Amino acid sequence: MSDGALVLGIETSCDETGVGIVRGTTLLANAVASSVEEHARFGGVVPEVASRAHLDAMVPAIRRALDDASVTWRDVDAIAVTAGPGLAGALLVGVAAAKAYSIALGKPLYGVNHLSAHVAVDVLEHGPLPEPCVALLVSGGHSSLLLVSDLTRDVRPLGATVDDAAGEAFDKVARVLGLPFPGGPHIDRVAGDGDAALVSFPRGKADDGTLDFSFSGLKTAVARWVEARERAGLPIPVADVAASFQEAVVDVLTTKAIVACRSHGVDYLLIGGGVAANSRLRALAEQRCAAAGIRLRVPRPGLCTDNGAMVAALGALLVEAGRPASSLDLPADSSLPITEVLV
Amino acid sequence: MLLLAFDTATAAITVALHDGSHVLEERTVIDGRRHGELLGPGIAHVLATAGASASDLTGIAVGVGPGPFTGLRVGLMTARAMADALSIPVTGICTLDIVAAAVVSADPFLVATDARRREVYWATYDASGVRTEGPHVDRPVDVDWTGPAYGAGALMYRETFVSARRPDLPEAGVLARMVAAGTAGGVAELPVEPLYLRRPDAVEPAARKAVTPV
Ligand SMILES: [Zn+2]
Repeated sequence: MSDGALVLGIETSCDETGVGIVRGTTLLANAVASSVEEHARFGGVVPEVASRAHLDAMVPAIRRALDDASVTWRDVDAIAVTAGPGLAGALLVGVAAAKAYSIALGKPLYGVNHLSAHVAVDVLEHGPLPEPCVALLVSGGHSSLLLVSDLTRDVRPLGATVDDAAGEAFDKVARVLGLPFPGGPHIDRVAGDGDAALVSFPRGKADDGTLDFSFSGLKTAVARWVEARERAGLPIPVADVAASFQEAVVDVLTTKAIVACRSHGVDYLLIGGGVAANSRLRALAEQRCAAAGIRLRVPRPGLCTDNGAMVAALGALLVEAGRPASSLDLPADSSLPITEVLV
Repeated sequence: MLLLAFDTATAAITVALHDGSHVLEERTVIDGRRHGELLGPGIAHVLATAGASASDLTGIAVGVGPGPFTGLRVGLMTARAMADALSIPVTGICTLDIVAAAVVSADPFLVATDARRREVYWATYDASGVRTEGPHVDRPVDVDWTGPAYGAGALMYRETFVSARRPDLPEAGVLARMVAAGTAGGVAELPVEPLYLRRPDAVEPAARKAVTPV
């Protein structure tokens, strides 16, 4: 059953220690250990706390992934690791681990781009990626629109957030509404019973002609609205505010994603990143893509959030494409440009 | 026996290989900002120069700090991952003890390394080199010590450590000899856990601040 390279992927760009194993485009294992609970009381990811957790979670995650995939190191053809972008100290732990296994076992090492890996993961669920395609990547750390002409060598930025990431806005608004961290799943849940038309919150940069996003003004507008109600002694309709806020975010995300497809003559849209798990984003994207004649691909939620399988999937595509392995002085680059798929 | 030793808890990325009787190769690069880039090539270099392969290794020795967190973690993650990959044991040694092992002193002495933020990591030793206090992290002026002092942290703050002298940084060759000699040589082995000595900088948020001007 030799259908592609067996690649082990390591991901530590934020608070998840991910180790995934793929054979070509087949997912074999996806072990994820998250330190999210250690960050909850701080209301956001604390880089040093995340880095310490990666150090302790790495070897157990590797062993679990090998176990789950029923393979041994002997079977592994290559090791892929997230080289950036992400939290510098967190990335460094994953890169150090990948190099150590590479040296100890004589396996080639591929340092890859985290954002490209978010796109690559979809091949595990929906098969080969149609190229060109537009990718909308939305999470607590990034909000980007990319034009993917060749995932192994030609990925270009079309737009990105100019301030907060979409997921960050979810976290901050959740705090305003008294919902726990991370905010995304909680806002999604309570918004289900809310009236999204109660407040028309601002759509940042909606009509500015660019493919960039801005969520900072939206977050402030929600806080002002809530504070005005509080000062007036009125109850806060949490579900309605959550729904109205969520609608503003997904409206502008989907609108710009469709404009990106149209203006580049692309028929495929892929959505990835943790916020792609949001049910309203998925529903509205489906509806608008159908109306625009665009085919939509969204991986299942477990593959949208940060994980090692996405890194392994991209590694396998790079091996398949015959790209050269990275050298042992591979740096972890917190601001790695999206155009660098392989470092 | 083929022991790989390294320490990344200071500005030195230092790597050595020991065959049970001698240090075969040693390589040290000073660069306080690129531990992650330099350690892997350093390990590959000492192995290649000695004509050895990673699969020949029988053990690993690593300095476990104290030291600035990001560099320190590179060493510990590398040690844990290589030990796991090769199913070989790994021994932790306090980085200050590695510096102390290169000191020759007739009197009790202190070793200090740079903890950044105008502080030092420090420990004291008796004349035979056995650690008597520490490791701690403090501002130099808060360290009550007038005797001989060694290490880069002492050399940086000569107004406090007036007798400061070299050695300044840990050497992996010394670490390799310590671990090759084992506990019979009086070496204090430590678990392969980082000696951070400081908690992460993180504050729990106070009550939400209003965005509306009052
Ligand atoms: Zn991500």
